[in-house]
Amino acid sequence: MENIFTQWFGDNLLTYILIPVPIIAYVSVFALYAVLAERKISAWMQNRIGPNRTDKFGLLQTILDAVKLMQKELILPSRRDNLYFRMAPYIVFTAAFMGYAVLPFSSVFIGVDLNLGLFYFFAITSIGVVGVLMAGWASNNKYSLFGGMRTVAQIVSYEIPTALSAIVVVMLAGTLSMQKFALIQSGGIFNWYIFGGPGSPIKIIIIPIMVVSAVLLFLSTLAETNRTPFDLTEADSELVAGVHIEYSGMMFAMFFFAEYAQMFAVSGIVTTLFLGGWQSPFGELIPFLNTPVFQVFWFLAKGLSLVFVQIWLRWTLPRVRIDQLMTMCWKFFIPIALVNLFLIGLYIIFA
Amino acid sequence: MPYTSILFYVLALIIVVSAIIVVFNKNVIHSAFSLFFTLFAVSGIYVLLKADFIAITQIMVYVGGILILLIFGVMLTTKITDVELKTKNLNVIPSILFSVGIITILIFVVFSTKWNLKQAVENEETVTQIGTLLLSTYLLPFEIASVLLLVALIGSAMFARRIKND
Repeated sequence: MENIFTQWFGDNLLTYILIPVPIIAYVSVFALYAVLAERKISAWMQNRIGPNRTDKFGLLQTILDAVKLMQKELILPSRRDNLYFRMAPYIVFTAAFMGYAVLPFSSVFIGVDLNLGLFYFFAITSIGVVGVLMAGWASNNKYSLFGGMRTVAQIVSYEIPTALSAIVVVMLAGTLSMQKFALIQSGGIFNWYIFGGPGSPIKIIIIPIMVVSAVLLFLSTLAETNRTPFDLTEADSELVAGVHIEYSGMMFAMFFFAEYAQMFAVSGIVTTLFLGGWQSPFGELIPFLNTPVFQVFWFLAKGLSLVFVQIWLRWTLPRVRIDQLMTMCWKFFIPIALVNLFLIGLYIIFA
Repeated sequence: MPYTSILFYVLALIIVVSAIIVVFNKNVIHSAFSLFFTLFAVSGIYVLLKADFIAITQIMVYVGGILILLIFGVMLTTKITDVELKTKNLNVIPSILFSVGIITILIFVVFSTKWNLKQAVENEETVTQIGTLLLSTYLLPFEIASVLLLVALIGSAMFARRIKND
């Protein structure tokens, strides 16, 4: 996208301000309808109807909710730390949004194809932690502070299995560029890294390892986005609402927005690493399905399916306890990820 | 003025202002949060210098790791230990002398160094070269650093462990 925009508008500051515009448009629309999807799916799972008053299927529900939130008065706690209280929601959202810079929507539409795309993604999403801590501290509320502390502990711990299970693919592909991950997995569904990536038939022995890595990556990114079953940060029975307690109106909406933005971003990472990115599952059999427009379709289809799984898990599983969460990370996820890493290393040496 | 210069001055302003806040603010948490902006803007300067790997490592290590630990440490320990975190100025005269000395040396170095001005190279893949160098030429320092980190990890776990009296 960088190339196209520099061709259109020249190499100046305006171009670089314009590049994120389509992406932020996508994120906004996605967040609006993901909220609706979440409410509808949860309603169906619980034998309810869900929002159905606005428009035919409640399609306008979240748009109207957003309008309502914008009009709402900002209720600010009087003993807040003014600067950081106001800054925190925007830092959280910016961190989630900056990750989109390297998501390859198709072979043409990518914010910027960095050589270090994956590394950049993991680094930049970790700055959201600072925003959460800021919000928790500046609210001057003990529940907020505990929520913030828990979030940080959780995200910092789960960054390790996330990175370790992503490194498995990095080792096989020999690159960190998001666009190259997608390019390598060309040629149909069996060349995706969840099925061992492209290569000789001997790759069949690593399929179980890759499936385990993909599941690990998905679960640990789920924990990083703080969604149920890992939403200890806003465990309402213990912490009221975590870091968001004191936030109202549009500032609360920014936190909400950030959560949904992050949901798709991590799904995009899992898609790119393990599910072939924007590659069509039919490979070159139907070349028509591998044009840039259809590539966007495949990427969104895969990413949104993973978002659906996230929603599905949220309304199926109860919340884990904080000690169970940490045990799961340090005693199960990390050792399994390390064993995977070792086995893939052996495979690369001997095969 | 090319846009990179504008970006440079914006980043430089952020670095200087937030660094001043870090030094002069009486509230330790405020200093820590300002440090976030300093470190982040420094990584922006690295990006302008086309040092992409070091820019991202800066964010990963300093912002994602050290800064979080710092804030955590400050928040968790203020009420546990008896040592109060002091933010008043002590030893004013020696510190002034020391700072003036350092700034003189820095200014001298800045003006006496022959800066190696080069045309900016296109983004080349540095991470492969860094990886190869770390595991071939600089293997020993790399391993020593990792063993050192492991020792620190085990040591801190030992200190943090509850000692059983029986």
